[in-house]
Amino acid sequence: MAQLSYRESIAAALAYEMTRDERVVLFGEDTAAAGGVFKTTEGLLAKFGPRRVKDMPISELAILGAAMGMAMTGLRPVAEIMFSDFLACCWDYVANEIPKARYMSNGQITLPLVIRTLNGAGARFGAQHSQSVENWAMAVPGIKVVAPSNAADAKGLLLAAIRDPDPVIFFEHKYLLSSKCNVPDGEHLVPLGQAAVLREGSDVTIIALAAMVPKALQAADTLAAEHGIEATVVDVRTLVPLDLQTLLRQAKRTGRVFTVEENPRLCGWGAEIASIIQEQAFSALKQPIVRITTPHVPIPATDQLEDAVVPSAAGIVAEIGRALEAHSSKPRK
Amino acid sequence: MQQVKERQTAVSQATDIPEPARLPIYRSMVDIRQLLRRANDLFLQNLVKGTMHLGLGQEAVAVGFAAGMNKDDYSFCTYRGHHHALARGASMLSVLGELMGRQCGLMSGKGGSMHLTSVEHGLMGSYAIVGSHLPIAAGAAWSAQYRGTTQVAVAFFGDGAANIGAFHETLNLAAVMKLPVIFVCENNLYMEYTPIATVTAVKHPAADRAGGYGLEKIVIDGNNIEVIYRTAGEAIAKARAGGGPSLIECMTYRQGGHSRADPAKYRPPEELAEWLKRDPIVRYRTRLIGLGVKEQALKAIEAESAAKVDQATEAAKASPAPSLESTMTDVWADGGSGWHN
Repeated sequence: MAQLSYRESIAAALAYEMTRDERVVLFGEDTAAAGGVFKTTEGLLAKFGPRRVKDMPISELAILGAAMGMAMTGLRPVAEIMFSDFLACCWDYVANEIPKARYMSNGQITLPLVIRTLNGAGARFGAQHSQSVENWAMAVPGIKVVAPSNAADAKGLLLAAIRDPDPVIFFEHKYLLSSKCNVPDGEHLVPLGQAAVLREGSDVTIIALAAMVPKALQAADTLAAEHGIEATVVDVRTLVPLDLQTLLRQAKRTGRVFTVEENPRLCGWGAEIASIIQEQAFSALKQPIVRITTPHVPIPATDQLEDAVVPSAAGIVAEIGRALEAHSSKPRK
Repeated sequence: MQQVKERQTAVSQATDIPEPARLPIYRSMVDIRQLLRRANDLFLQNLVKGTMHLGLGQEAVAVGFAAGMNKDDYSFCTYRGHHHALARGASMLSVLGELMGRQCGLMSGKGGSMHLTSVEHGLMGSYAIVGSHLPIAAGAAWSAQYRGTTQVAVAFFGDGAANIGAFHETLNLAAVMKLPVIFVCENNLYMEYTPIATVTAVKHPAADRAGGYGLEKIVIDGNNIEVIYRTAGEAIAKARAGGGPSLIECMTYRQGGHSRADPAKYRPPEELAEWLKRDPIVRYRTRLIGLGVKEQALKAIEAESAAKVDQATEAAKASPAPSLESTMTDVWADGGSGWHN
């Protein structure tokens, strides 16, 4: 067990899998010699050499297309798309090619590949380098969607993603890169499709993902300390496959459900989850499900503006307080 | 026809295709021609639904390259891929069955006409997004290089694909990495309904871009099976030996429209007539007779082919429709389609 940052944990996970499995090949823009523009692949070129860690041209189509060709012929490529915004440049592969190959070929083609990409706001990079697009990927049948919220999960989920026989899109979050926690050494596998209940409370259930998880936890602490409201916090961890049973159980536990999403409002993943919960746990709900999201605007660049749109711990506290008051069922002590 | 001797492709010598390969090559072209014609008839009878893009007239490219490939080499082709599937050895029944949406089809009706895939024959997919398969082929070639095999990947594409970004990204990457991949442009003069010359800055949409990636400009007669066979053999040998990629533009002609929706009335009649005179199968037939093959033997092949097509047609018609349960299978490697617990 060592204290690692999220970025160090990603590098450690890649190194672990590359040592374990010769079929794993890592490539992307600035991935090898530079160690990644966010240093998530630092040291890997030195450790594994240019055959296994490769710098690519700025050619997102070629990067994902090549990953697909490698995966269907016996390798386990890990391709990096530097910013998740750039998925739009190679969306053909994410939407048309990779997720449909197995189905269209009636099971002849298997694509064990991982697309790693840096998602989310927090770096003041403006509208084309700050988006949260996990909901784009979730809308496509045939690709698994993973978004870890802490360094330990970053390792555990990346190991699972690389070993998975299906294509996985792995959203790393730039706001979390420096966050540290204890990360188990060696084998540490977090299976895809298992949400984590990080805090248990009987009043409200907060369902969050990636960078929204630490904010939800912080909000839960404030709610408890300042308002006497005890929150359950669930980290969804993987949108596909979705651990629906845990979400339903935790929704029913309190009857007051809040989703916290960094994606813009319309068609965010919380809408799907809210829809399922009201359909399957309606009688357990004490008030409408509330979605706390980034408003439906592009992400502005400068710090005050970016902070104003992306859900914050204080914002989550305020939204939850408002909703409880509006339904006057608040269990305020 | 444009001058296609930009790379000294002097008229083939009789030694180009070894004697034992000649009749199998002729047979393969005839099989494809007859099966595609049958597919067209079945479409008109509403037994093939949706759309269909026939490679009638372009058979020589498929057969010439397939003849130079090993069983474990990879082919990647486009929605106009039936001729390649057959050339790589997929059965008439499995191809026709897929076009007709039957259980016996290559993908049991889940892929359809534009997505023929037969991994056991090295046919790693037919791709319906123009140019999308080019980087995928490069990836398969990278895989072969990484695994230390001598496999090659061959990507077939139309002239229209040479104007799409994936083409340029892929050529650059393949050249930089010296990947064992051969890019084969079937220049049939039309980008769907539009003459390629009217939308392309250079005369040869693929080959004229080769220099931009440090590759040799190669333009050949895509209706001359002997030229194709020799060119394919050279490119494949070069790729196997670690010499890197080749880009080959084959001048050919789509004898029908873009798809079954297109009667191709935009083609000048004299152009069509001229190209029909250069039909690759008719030409090779004449050539074989010139090489001393008895016409009787060729007629026998043609008759056998017709019988096989009839047989495949009847078998495909008799094959059941795929089960409705199959709609929910094979999204994931576990065979299912579930996305939650």
